[in-house]
Amino acid sequence: MDTDIRRTIHRYILENFLFTDDDEALDDEASFLEEGIVDSTGILELVMFVEETFGITVEDEELLPENFDSVAQLADYVLRKRKEERT
Amino acid sequence: MLLHRFLEESSERFPDKTALVADKRRLTYAQVESEANRLAWALQAIGVRRGDRVAVWLPNGIEAAIAIFAALKAGAVFVPLNPTLKADKLRHILADSGAVALVGLRRHAALFADLRGGLPDLHAVIAVGKGGALPEGIFAYDALIDGQPSSPPPAAVIGIDLAALIYTSGSTGLPKGVMSTHDNMTFAAKAIITYLENRPDDIVINVLPLSFDYGLYQLLMVFGFGGTLVLERSFAYPAAILRRIEEERVTGLPGVPTLFAMLLQLDLSAFDLGSLRYLTNTAAALPVEHIRRLRAAFPHARLYSMYGLTECKRALYLPPEELDRRPGSVGIPIPGTEAWIEDEAGNRLPPGEIGELVIRGAHVMQGYWHNPQATAARYRTGDYPADRRLYSGDLFRQDEEGFFYFVSRKDDIIKSRGEKVAPKEVEAVLYRLEGVVEAAVIGVPDPILGQAIKAFVVIAEGSGIDRRTVLRHCRRHLEDFMVPKEVEFRASLPKNASGKIDRRALANEA
Repeated sequence: MDTDIRRTIHRYILENFLFTDDDEALDDEASFLEEGIVDSTGILELVMFVEETFGITVEDEELLPENFDSVAQLADYVLRKRKEERT
Repeated sequence: MLLHRFLEESSERFPDKTALVADKRRLTYAQVESEANRLAWALQAIGVRRGDRVAVWLPNGIEAAIAIFAALKAGAVFVPLNPTLKADKLRHILADSGAVALVGLRRHAALFADLRGGLPDLHAVIAVGKGGALPEGIFAYDALIDGQPSSPPPAAVIGIDLAALIYTSGSTGLPKGVMSTHDNMTFAAKAIITYLENRPDDIVINVLPLSFDYGLYQLLMVFGFGGTLVLERSFAYPAAILRRIEEERVTGLPGVPTLFAMLLQLDLSAFDLGSLRYLTNTAAALPVEHIRRLRAAFPHARLYSMYGLTECKRALYLPPEELDRRPGSVGIPIPGTEAWIEDEAGNRLPPGEIGELVIRGAHVMQGYWHNPQATAARYRTGDYPADRRLYSGDLFRQDEEGFFYFVSRKDDIIKSRGEKVAPKEVEAVLYRLEGVVEAAVIGVPDPILGQAIKAFVVIAEGSGIDRRTVLRHCRRHLEDFMVPKEVEFRASLPKNASGKIDRRALANEA
């Protein structure tokens, strides 16, 4: 399940921010901001993507680098949210 | 006055006060001063001399701030570069400025080794960050400053010497370095400090890149008045910025319309933002509706609408008490300067009429580095040599009481996220993609970005180019704020009578 989430996010970033199919082009641990993968307005696009794709609601106070700054962090966040919202 | 005296004087007055909060560290004025001195000695030791250019290509952080002041203390001219700059443009600016040293991130070490080959002036690169051995001519920042003296090195610099070259996009598509002297920059910084009524207990958060003059001056001004600067990487995470404002009891928030639009999408009542004493906006006008909502969200903060350009730093500001009466105005000339409106024939225009904004004062910079032609197009001398005037390239009008209103630009520069984007620069990159036959770039209205960049592209048959190919190519060659948001493929592009692609016709369709 969590590997699916990770793969979906990974593919979305490749497709929409790096514009490539090359899986190797993105390290799941790489910081979006430090590596210039996602820019300041790109984060908002990312929020819309995870809300629509995973059916979660991102609260303003959750929009933080620790939740959004890499594929791995984002996948963990989505997983946590799904558990929370299910209970 | 010398720009680095800002730091030195504050360090004499408030040695133990927090000067800089960044990268999860807090540095006092004495610590910043001492580290900047050590790096300045190191720069001199690796061959940096008075007047040499030192490029600083770093994300916002402690080393970026230190490197700027170290370059000044070494007698050099700093050249701040956007951290998302790509290799080609980096090479162009390093060559154009004749930089002798570059301070950058260690993870770009391979690029630096490559750059040094083609740039004979570039003696040394200083790499910031942890890691192992580095190629020849590339020095590790930490090792380099280790053991250097913590007092300022000797440097015979005077106020009319250059302090910085700040590269800005021009309508020709090639970035130009605005020559700024110590006197220009200290004058501009002090004028802004005066109208913002900054005090040593002000705590300013800066989320704008230090390569952008608006971001850079937050550092300069805070060190000038002895306050505290909270330096953040970017405003990608608006909620994180609000949390930082809360945690650090920030009093000043400089922003651009994109940042404020992002903040207004959040539930601001979830944060305690009562420490904010003022907000400033420049780079593009805030929509009047956003002004109203910001006033409601921050009832205790004064909101300043301002206007400026790198060529003089800041030209106009609206005293906050005028905001409700004239929300569409960007105000009056900054203290100690003047501005007026001229028609094409050079006649000063009365209130109500539209013409070019002309600026006069000690903040008017020296023109463009090694580019007398571009300088002559913007800067003119009046009745005597020191009477220099800046022709802004922007159309304005004034009301009966003398307040200025921005009308439009004279050229087709796009303002996206508050930064200038030259259509030609983006088009030049598009043309380098094999299979692109024609390209044109315009700005289209966008609620968050102000203007979004839209590219129109004609491709050769069978080239197989799609939107992704175009965007990937752009991201590889352009800073992030210059990458188009939209790409439209066309069979042909409209031309004007002289056969040139007609961007205006495209803009009218869009």
